[in-house]
This record gives sequence, C-alpha cells and structure tokens, in this order.
Amino acid sequence: MHLVYPAVLAALLFAIGVYGVLARRNAILVLMSVELMLNAVNLNLVAFDVWLRDTLHAGQALTLFTIAVAAAEIGIGLAIVLMVHRNKGTADVDRLRDTAEDPHDSSDETSTDGTSDGTPTGEKAEATA
Amino acid sequence: MILAAQAAAEAHGFLSPTGVEIAFLLVGLVTLGAALVTVTTRQLVHAALWLVVALGGLAVEYLLLTAEFIAWVQVLIYVGSVVVLLLFGLMLTKAPIGRSPDADSGNRPAAVAVAVAAAAALVWVVVDAFRTTWIDLDGAVQGSTKVTGEFLFRHWVLPFEALSVLLLAALVGAIVLSRKKKEGER
Amino acid sequence: MTTTTLAVLVPLLPFLGSAAGLLLGRTAPGFVRPLAVLPTLAAAVLAVLVAVRQGGDETINAATQLTPTGSVPIDLALYIDGFAALVAVLVGVVATCVQIYSTGYLRDDPRYSSYAALVSLFTSAMLLVVYSGDLMVLLVGWEIMGICSYFLVGHYWETPEARAASLKAFLVTKLGDVPFLIGLFALAADAGTFRITGVLGAVANGGLDHPTLIALLLLAGVAGKSAQFPLHTWLPDAMAGPTPVSALIHAATMVAAGIYFTARLLPVFAASAAAMTVLAVMAAITMVGSALAALAQDDIKRVLAYSTIGQLGYMAGALAVGDRGAAVFHLLSHAAFKALLFLAAGAVIHAAGTNSLTAMSRMSGLAKRIPDAYWTMTVALLALAAIPPFAGFFSKEAVLVAAEHTALGDQAGQAAPAGAGWTVLVAGLLTALLTAAYALRLWLRTFRGRGAEAPDHGRQPIAMTSVLWVLAVPSLGFGLTATYVDDWFDGHALTPTVTTAVLGTGLAVAGAAVTYAIWRTLTARTPVAAPAPPLPHVAHPDADAGQVEAEALHLPHPAEDPADPGRALLGPLHGPAADGFHLDAVYRTAFVRPVLAGASLVRFLDREVVDTYVRAAGDSAKGLGWLVRRAQTGNVQTYLSALLAGSVVLAIAAVALANAVAGA
Repeated sequence: MHLVYPAVLAALLFAIGVYGVLARRNAILVLMSVELMLNAVNLNLVAFDVWLRDTLHAGQALTLFTIAVAAAEIGIGLAIVLMVHRNKGTADVDRLRDTAEDPHDSSDETSTDGTSDGTPTGEKAEATA
Repeated sequence: MILAAQAAAEAHGFLSPTGVEIAFLLVGLVTLGAALVTVTTRQLVHAALWLVVALGGLAVEYLLLTAEFIAWVQVLIYVGSVVVLLLFGLMLTKAPIGRSPDADSGNRPAAVAVAVAAAAALVWVVVDAFRTTWIDLDGAVQGSTKVTGEFLFRHWVLPFEALSVLLLAALVGAIVLSRKKKEGER
Repeated sequence: MTTTTLAVLVPLLPFLGSAAGLLLGRTAPGFVRPLAVLPTLAAAVLAVLVAVRQGGDETINAATQLTPTGSVPIDLALYIDGFAALVAVLVGVVATCVQIYSTGYLRDDPRYSSYAALVSLFTSAMLLVVYSGDLMVLLVGWEIMGICSYFLVGHYWETPEARAASLKAFLVTKLGDVPFLIGLFALAADAGTFRITGVLGAVANGGLDHPTLIALLLLAGVAGKSAQFPLHTWLPDAMAGPTPVSALIHAATMVAAGIYFTARLLPVFAASAAAMTVLAVMAAITMVGSALAALAQDDIKRVLAYSTIGQLGYMAGALAVGDRGAAVFHLLSHAAFKALLFLAAGAVIHAAGTNSLTAMSRMSGLAKRIPDAYWTMTVALLALAAIPPFAGFFSKEAVLVAAEHTALGDQAGQAAPAGAGWTVLVAGLLTALLTAAYALRLWLRTFRGRGAEAPDHGRQPIAMTSVLWVLAVPSLGFGLTATYVDDWFDGHALTPTVTTAVLGTGLAVAGAAVTYAIWRTLTARTPVAAPAPPLPHVAHPDADAGQVEAEALHLPHPAEDPADPGRALLGPLHGPAADGFHLDAVYRTAFVRPVLAGASLVRFLDREVVDTYVRAAGDSAKGLGWLVRRAQTGNVQTYLSALLAGSVVLAIAAVALANAVAGA
C-alpha cells in the first residue's frame, strides 16, 4: 500500500480537527475536534510504524500511550467544562472572556485624565475573583 | 530495505491500486465525511454520533494497516468510552437537543482559512515527500495482540507504568474538579 | 586677642546670635531677648575695640584662603581702614539701639523671635560688608542684606501693603544688583583679583581696561541699595515694615552699604570722569526730588524716608566730587540722627495711634504725652536741617565744602570734573533750604497740632525712651569731632568754611522761616472750632506699639488738609510730589507691563505650544495602547487561530526555504 494514502488521510483529518477547534462554540464540540486531531496523529504513527518495521514498534507503543493520554485528557477536560458550566452557566467558549479588555475602557479614550480608570479595573477584579 | 521499498514502489503505480488500497480509500472517504459532519453539524448530539463513525472508520483503517490490537483498543476506548463521556458531558451541560443555530462561533472564516491553509501545506509536504513510498503489508505480523504485548512489556514497561500513574492522577483530578461543593466549603 | 581675631568676631557674633535665635525661638522663648541684644551689643563693643586699636593709622589687612577657586582667587579677607572701623562702630551701635528698642516696641509680637534673628543676621551681613577685604565675600553680605530686607519689610505680611512693599524692595534692589554683579566680575577680570587691595593697586597702576563701563555697572547696584534716583522707589514703600526696621535699614545698614561700597572703591569710580558726572547728576536729582516729595507726604515715616533719600543724595554728591571723607562723615552723623528720628517716630505713631500728619495736626498736647520723643526728635530734626551746632551741620558742611572746592577747581589733583562740583553744590544748597522746610513742617504738624487732646496711653517703655536719649547724644555732638575724625579718613579737613556755612545755614533758616510764616497764616485762617471730620483711628490704641503701627498701615490717609504748609509751598507741584513724581507709574509702564506681557506670552507658549507636544506624546501612546487592546478579545479561539496561522506560515516558509536551499 502506498504510504501517501494514510498520510494524506491523516493530514486532512488533522485539518478538519483544526477547523473544529477554531470554529465550534460549544466546549464539548471543541473537545471532540481535539480527539479528531489526536486520531490523525495516531494514524500517522501507525502507518509509519508499519512502513518502517521498527523492532521496538515505537509508533504503535506511542499510539497506545496517546490513546490512554487522550482518555485522561477527555476526562479532565470534561470535568473542567462541567465546572465552568456550573460556575458560569454556559459552556460556550466565546463567552468565557475574563481576560478580555473591558469594553467600558473605550470610553476613557476621549477623556484626557486617567481618573475614570478606577472603576473598570475594580469591576474586572471583582469579575475574576 | 528502503531501496527495496523504492523498487517495490516503482512496481506499484497509483493507477493500478491493490484491493487493500481500494478498501482503505473508501473507508478513508467515509471517515473524512463523518469527521466533516462532526465539525459542521448544528445538532450537538449528532456531532457525537458522527464522531463514532469517524473513529470507527479509523479503527478499520488500523486493521487495514495490520495493527489489529490498536484497532480494538480504538474501538474500546474511543467509541466505547470517550464518546460516551462526551455524550454525558453534553447532557450535563444541558446542550440543546435538535438544531441549534449558534453552534459555530463568529470565528468561522478565520477557522476555515487556517484549516484550509494547514491542510494544503500538510498535503503538499506529505505528497511531495512520500509520493513513491510503499508499505509492504505482507511479511511478519506486526500488530497482533501477541506482538504488541511482547514489545509493550519488553521495551516499554516503564513508560507504561508511568502512564498508569498519569491515568490515576487524571481520574482523581476529574473527580475533584467535577464534584459538587458542599455548603460552606471553599 | 589680636585685632584680627576681634575683627573676625564682630560679624560672627550677630550671625551666631541669629542662628541661635532661629533655632531656639520656639522652644525657649526666654532666651530670645538676650540672644537678640547681647551678641549685637558684644559686636558693637568689639567694633569699638577694633576701632581703638586700629586708631585710623595702619590698615589691617589679613586674608586666608579656604579653597582654590580657579583663575580669580576668592579669599576670606579683612580690610580695616579708618572708614571700615568707624562705620562698623556705627553699625554696631545703631543695631544695638534698634535691638533694645525692639524689645519694647514689639513686646507682644508673636513673630518677635524670627524678627530679632533676622535683624541680627542683617547686622551681621552689614558688618561683613564693612570689614570684608574681598569683593566676593562683600557680595555675600550685600545679598544677605537684600533678602533680610525682604523679610523684615514684610514683617506685617498680613497686610497687602507690607507684602507689596517687601516684594518691591527686593525686586528693585535686585534690578540694580544684576548689573552690580556683572560689574564686579568685569572689575575682577580687569584687575585679576577680588581683593580690594589688589583692585585699588590695579587702579593706581592704571590697570583697568574699561573703567567707565565698570563704574556705571557698579553704580547701578549702588543706586539700588542706597536708594538713589531712579532706583529709590522701594525706600518710601519699605515704610510698611516695623519702625525699628526702618531705622536699621535707613540709618546704618542697607542704604549705607551702597555709599560705603562706593567710598571704599572710590578710585575705581574716579578713574572715569563720566561715571563721576553721572553720579553727581544722580545725586543732584535725588536730593532735590526727594526733598520736594518729602514736603508733600502725609505719612510721617514716608517723610523721613524721602529725607533719607535726600541725605543719601548728599553722600553720593560728596562721592561724586571725590571726597569720601565727607561722604562717610555725613553717613555717620546721618545714621545717628536718622535712627533717632525713626525710633522717635515709632513712639509718636504709638502715642498718636496714626501715622498721618494731618491726623496729628488735629491733636493737641502730643508733645506732653511723649516728652522723650518730643525733645529727642527736635534735636534730630535740627540736625537734619543742618542747624549749627548739631551733627548734621558739620557733616553737610563737609560735603558742601568739598563740592565748592571741586567746583572752583582749587584742589590739587582733584578726581572729579568741575561740572560735577557745581551740580552738587547748587543742588545741595537748594536741598538745604527744602530740608529745613520739611523738617519744620514735620515738627509743626506733629507737635503743634490744634484740636482734641491726644489720647493718653501711658508712658513709653524704658527700652524705647532710653535708646532715644542715647542716640540724641551723637546727633547733638558728633559734629564737634570733625577736627578729630578727619585723621581716620583721607586726611582732608572736614571743618566748615565761612562761605558755605553762611550760605547753607542762611538758606536753611530762610526755608524754616518761610514755612513757619505760612503755617502761622494758614492756622490763623483755619478756625480751630471748625467741625473736623472724624478721622480714622486704629482699633487697639492701647496695644503694643508694633501692633498699633501694623494697624495704622491700613488707615486711609485723610483728604488734603488746607492747613498743610507743604501744600502752599509747593503749589502745583504738590500733587506729583505726593505721588513721588509718578515714578511708580513710569516703572509700571516701562518694566512691569512688558514683564507681565512677556510672562503671559511664555504662559501661552507653555500651555498651548509645549503642552500640545506633551499631550500629543501621551495621546499617541494611548492610541497605540487602544489599538493593541482591541486585539485582546478574550476569545481563546481567536488567539488559537492566530497561533496556528502563524505556525502554518512558519512551516511553509521553512519548507520553501529548504527546497530553495536544496535546489540551489
């Protein structure tokens, strides 16, 4: 079998995973896309291991480890998503913007003095606490 | 060995595919399609189910690549547990059943651009590099349970054990994170 | 102790007393009075000792160098000749009198401790000027006096008059001090040293390259300090300070410094005939103008202030004709009677509760209330009017004799041109007439008033009255030493000659007679029982003398009194003379307005031009920050997109580069 087939399949799967991670709104869907990317890597590992006929079978061993790590990752990830959902009431990635620049800050661009800085930072500190 | 493989590859053109290749191609197409639906569908539960198809397709590909043990592990862990976990997660976060119009964020055009660019770059590089490489699937068995057990517990025992500790830690962590806090407990 | 050590102690003691007074003033109020009086008294005694040891013969000249100071060395030098010894005695005596008087005058003043310390510092600075043998060290004392005058004139800083007056005194004297400083540098550059001996040696050898320029620059500083036209305007306004301060500034220290400096460096000025002529004209204008102005003033202290300017004009005139002996002789006698006049005026103001002559002329029996001030002031006014045998007669005669000699050209090797002599002589004689007139006017209007009985505030403190009698002695008898003190000076005879004595005294008597006649006529014409409008009065007439004076500063001066002989004497000149010939308005137009306009221009440039750049710098940084902050959306996916796009670009670049290298 040509090595190109699994390699190209893995590349395309990876790209699809990238798209999913970047485009999906729900955090669980993002996790699914991450799984797709991991599987693309696994496919590569297996294909190259079979091609190289490595005596240690490093590729297959690594694939097994990746699967195990992925399982752990999905467990922890889901736990985090659940906690965020419980605290914030949402699991939408683009609504978790605690690190964003406060939009109220744009109001003091027009005023020359820095006196209005106090309240927005105070609110932000409250929000992150 | 590489020279031999090259010689074999010259003997095997793309226009005369073997049966394994045809099967791989077809299953690969199904897998890709399922993956695409997974990342584009507006129904969240469907996405999880289409993920099952994609991951299952990948398991078949592993089989075709003679990595039997990994194929079964794939089915067991991914299809069996990960997807089930994801479904639980969807339910616990009260994900809407049915079509949700806001499944995709506003970042979509950028995501498409980055994904297409990545795909193009990767495919170009991979094709350019491995155009003539041939995998000899015949010969000694490489991915059977016996072989896997042998190399795993002969050469990879230490990482295996370390991984088990990692899994344990992840287990504990997941429990701690998802546990509901009692009143008055910080 | 050697004479040099004694001489060093003379300026040092008041300085230490001042420092101790400033340090202990708050914590130990009991020590303030001894700390104020004793060091000054000790300095006066030491100054007398130094004068006795020096004896007018050998110049004491000692110097030590603290540190090398580059091309022109600056030494801590003493230079004590007869002038310095006698002037130091005068400064010490007058400062001691002022300090003793102040203990009574400012008895309850809350700021007495700082006031006394500043007076001590002032005295110390003046003594430094007198004894210093190095022009740079002299300048230090000169400038300390400037700043002390600012603080002391502004002692009643609660009143706007005092604040304005202190600022004016400081700024106007500084206006002269800037050219003075440049002149000192030019002098040192020409002579190669700051030592007075070195400078005088260089002058004697004709070593000055620009004598006229240097002399004129130095004259500006002298005019500022000694209140000569056109920089005299600060002195009448400086009356806003407490009366003892006026006495100190006018008699012994600040104004004397300019004359003393010129006397000490007279050869430098004499090297330029132009400078001598300028000095003569300046002195003549000052004398006549100030005498006219004095005749028109209503405030008793302003009359005295203008008379001080006039007497300083005499001294400057004496210097202009090249006789520094006469100048310093007049400086000494004037210091005695002018200090007495001011201190007595303080007592008068305290007793009358006003500083207005018009108000005093409507009071009777003021002389009976304060007999000490009455008698001593009479003596001092006679001295001021140069009536023989009082001190002023002899010293003024010395000036007039010197002017006459120069005018007639009968002096071998004279320093000044004959024109300067004539100018000074004519102006001096005219001023003698006017001086007698305003002295008599002051006396008549103060002590011969008619109307309500003067209020009785009890006896003046002994500290105040005793000082008056102490100062009355030299006012009366100092002139008789004329034959003796000329040994201390350059050796010119200071005795009066018949011509000038007859002329000067005759004119003075004539002026006094005319004034008396006019006064008699006017008072006879004005009915005594006329309903005089109620005059403003101080709020606390029984309070401390200093407080009475501070309150009197506020009082509006009553409208023109028709019974004022000065008004009748001056005629149409009265209005301008009362206003100091509108010189303040001229200054306002010539200096204040341009400076204010320049300041507003600078303010505009700073606010609108410079600040624009500053603001733009800040705003551009802020704008950049705003742009950068826009990128921080908080959306993880956006960040990831950028990250992955970056990695793809990098990967492609790496592959392309590798291909290009491989292909090359």
